[in-house]
Amino acid sequence: MAVAVEFSHVSRHFGQVRAVDDVSLTIEEGAFFAMLGPSGSGKTTCLRLISGFEKPSSGTIRIFGEDVSNIPPNRRNVNTVFQDYALFPHMNVADNVAYGLMVKGMGRAERLRRAEEMLALVKLDGYGGRKPGQLSGGQRQRVALARALVNEPRVLLLDEPLGALDLKLREAMQDELKALQQRLGITFVFVTHDQHEALSMADRLAVFNEGRIAQIGSPEEVYARPATRFVADFVGSSNVLPPEITQRLGGPAKWSSLRPESLRIIPAEAAALAGSVTALRYLGAGTRVQIAVQGTAPGAEIAALVPAGIAVPQPGETVGLGFDPAHLHVMEGA
Amino acid sequence: MRSDDGRQGASLALRIAAIGGLLFLHLPILLIFLYAFTIEERTYAFPPPGLTTQWFGVAWNRADIWPPLYLSLKVAAISTLLAMILGTLVAGAMARTRFFGREQISLLIILPIALPGVITGMSLRSAFAIMEIPFSVWTIVLGHATFCIVIVYNNAVARMRRLSGGIMEASADLGANAFQTMRYVLLPNLGSALLAGGMLAFALSFDEVIVTTFTAGQQSTLPIWMLNELVRPRQRPVTNVVAIVVFAVTFVPILLAYYLTRGGSETAGAGK
Amino acid sequence: MSAVLAERGLGDRLTGLFWRRPNLLLLLMIAPPLIWLGLVYLGSLAALLLQSFYYIDEFSGVVVPEFTLKTYVELFRAQNLDIIFRTLLMSASVTLGCALLAFPIAYYAARYARGPWKAAFYLGVMLPLWSSYLVKVYAWKLILAKEGIIGWAAGVTGTTPILDAVLGLPFIGGNSLSTSFLGTWMVFVYVWLPYMILPMQAALERVPLSMLEASADLGASHGQTFRTVILPLAMPGVIAGSIFTFSLTMGDYIIPQIIGTSARFIGQAVYQLQGTAGNIPLAAAFAVVPIVIMLIYLHLAKRAGAFDAL
Repeated sequence: MAVAVEFSHVSRHFGQVRAVDDVSLTIEEGAFFAMLGPSGSGKTTCLRLISGFEKPSSGTIRIFGEDVSNIPPNRRNVNTVFQDYALFPHMNVADNVAYGLMVKGMGRAERLRRAEEMLALVKLDGYGGRKPGQLSGGQRQRVALARALVNEPRVLLLDEPLGALDLKLREAMQDELKALQQRLGITFVFVTHDQHEALSMADRLAVFNEGRIAQIGSPEEVYARPATRFVADFVGSSNVLPPEITQRLGGPAKWSSLRPESLRIIPAEAAALAGSVTALRYLGAGTRVQIAVQGTAPGAEIAALVPAGIAVPQPGETVGLGFDPAHLHVMEGA
Repeated sequence: MRSDDGRQGASLALRIAAIGGLLFLHLPILLIFLYAFTIEERTYAFPPPGLTTQWFGVAWNRADIWPPLYLSLKVAAISTLLAMILGTLVAGAMARTRFFGREQISLLIILPIALPGVITGMSLRSAFAIMEIPFSVWTIVLGHATFCIVIVYNNAVARMRRLSGGIMEASADLGANAFQTMRYVLLPNLGSALLAGGMLAFALSFDEVIVTTFTAGQQSTLPIWMLNELVRPRQRPVTNVVAIVVFAVTFVPILLAYYLTRGGSETAGAGK
Repeated sequence: MSAVLAERGLGDRLTGLFWRRPNLLLLLMIAPPLIWLGLVYLGSLAALLLQSFYYIDEFSGVVVPEFTLKTYVELFRAQNLDIIFRTLLMSASVTLGCALLAFPIAYYAARYARGPWKAAFYLGVMLPLWSSYLVKVYAWKLILAKEGIIGWAAGVTGTTPILDAVLGLPFIGGNSLSTSFLGTWMVFVYVWLPYMILPMQAALERVPLSMLEASADLGASHGQTFRTVILPLAMPGVIAGSIFTFSLTMGDYIIPQIIGTSARFIGQAVYQLQGTAGNIPLAAAFAVVPIVIMLIYLHLAKRAGAFDAL
């Protein structure tokens, strides 16, 4: 497999602000790659560095091996689905989709035929004559997708592609995007601040924090073995344990993480870790139990997930926590 | 109902004052139309002692009206064209990026219309005197284009602000070069705002008299012709006929400009 | 297909150049208008200043291009100071008149007008603003003439004695309205009124309804709310509008020439000095006066926060 996108020591500084700070990463061809992070973490700037709307302050970006330092956006065979879709308001849907082919000089009949094909692919056949203003948010998003894909880009960039959609539509689109990517085999790079979206769609992801990559790996790796406290905290809802508790659980004096679903409620006497239940949250498939652990600073709570069908302790009750030592993940990073 | 709170407080006195104020702004202009039909040509007697349509024919045949009309149209056309080019360029530059000196430049653009016309006029007059430039169509155009730039600029900048900046990037992303983006994306979206700006600029230039008196020398534009008639009246109703023409030539573009930019926050003309 | 597309033609080459050097494109765009405004406008203003430091040879009537303060000494003669004070007084009273007349219109349009009424108010202010200045002035010549509509209306309603009494007032009165300061003032107020309405309306529209409700909740009467909340919040708009009304009145020479007495204003002095009198240096010095006054005015207005309402 070839490398689709490669960053080596790329930085982008705006005055004093280091939006992207010495980032190196490789994205394999055909990957569904997610850039995950809170706003201001540098993920969107990285996307704009690939499309060419930002230029690196230092470092090199290669797309399929070619250094693109001197290549403006219009000559990069990379297309973007913008966060607000950025459809051309004065053109109808077909002309929007055919735009990239038009500026490359393709004849009208041919480009409209291809646009119609692409619209069929995103299940919008017959919508070609409408104006973007007449479409719903979900439909606009599909047009934006078709408009990008019709150019047969080597890499498709998606900037918070589902951010503006409501929950139900978002879930449907997640499946659809994934299926589309597998069918077309195009490298997808998408930016999101939603960890569920990143985990469920991507086959590799990079977690950004303050302009740097905190961790890069498969969703399973990042979820099960977060490299830093930030990742543990941001990806999913892991318990982040300070060094003294890690030690009480038999680990080294380092920060560690433990997933709520790895914890079992056991009698307090038998447990290395015990505390009183402070709150319950019913989640359908189970109940999330908040426990204030004895011997730690007040406010330091651990969450355990009790699967449906097992008895749930009541608030105020003192319980012990059992776990499989293999699930205790000790973080080497800070 | 909470949403009706606004309406409830409008007292009758306020309503009368507001609508009376609007009528005060409009009624005087109607008199111009009435007096174009009066048979009395030496005084402004009200009510007119009789009505006639003869003055339209008289005005049509007056040889001294046509050259000023042509000159005004010519000046307005050239000034508008120049202002549209310069105003669009500066709006484009100001919309693109923040750079050092932005504030100063926007002040410089507004200054010709913020300072009284007599200053702009006298300044140009001083410069022509120092550089010994003889008066011509171009000396008039120089002044008009200068204060028309801001009109086009205001319209263009307001529209650019409303345009999603993303569509320019989307165009580049899809492979269009800068010129294709300008032709296929920017101009179609900016077009009506530019047209509106151009029409307002045309109206402003066609009607301008204060700066023009300083830059025209012996030439006579239609407003200067009117001014002379106001100071030394001859056939008064003919002046009214010309006033109606001037009114129409400025009124129609203004109304069109309003409809071209309606619905946006940037409705044309708010910044004369 | 390669990840990088080939460069096709000059358009792509220039696009690449602009992308690599964004400041180059900026420079190319900003240079023509800046050169125009810099040369034509600032150049002219500089020429104006320069001229004001020249003087006119009293015997030959020729402008002598030598630096002198003679012209400014002449500017501060009693008769010229009269002109300046008269102009300032007129500008101030026109501004006051505009503010009083504009308020109900702006307030109604900002607070109560909705839907089509809002558009009607907007057009209703915009059209007189943009329609021909000379036509508007001319309309008032018709109205204010002795035999015109006001005289006729006074005759019909039997109020002629009142009109005569007003015209008999010292200083502001005159032979007829069209030859009195009162007439000049009325026309100025009419012509510049839209310039006051628009910024005032903009400022009033920024007063949130909730703030008025808060004031009422706290027990303020309508009058109190108006004095303590609405008026202070409308003030930046009034000041912004006053910049226009003050400046435009100060520089106008057409209105007092057509409607009013023979006493001159700054604009008329400039016009006559540069024209019939041929005394360009003194005309230039006269024109510097409104510039200085407006610079001071703008400075004060900026400190009062008026520019947010423009």
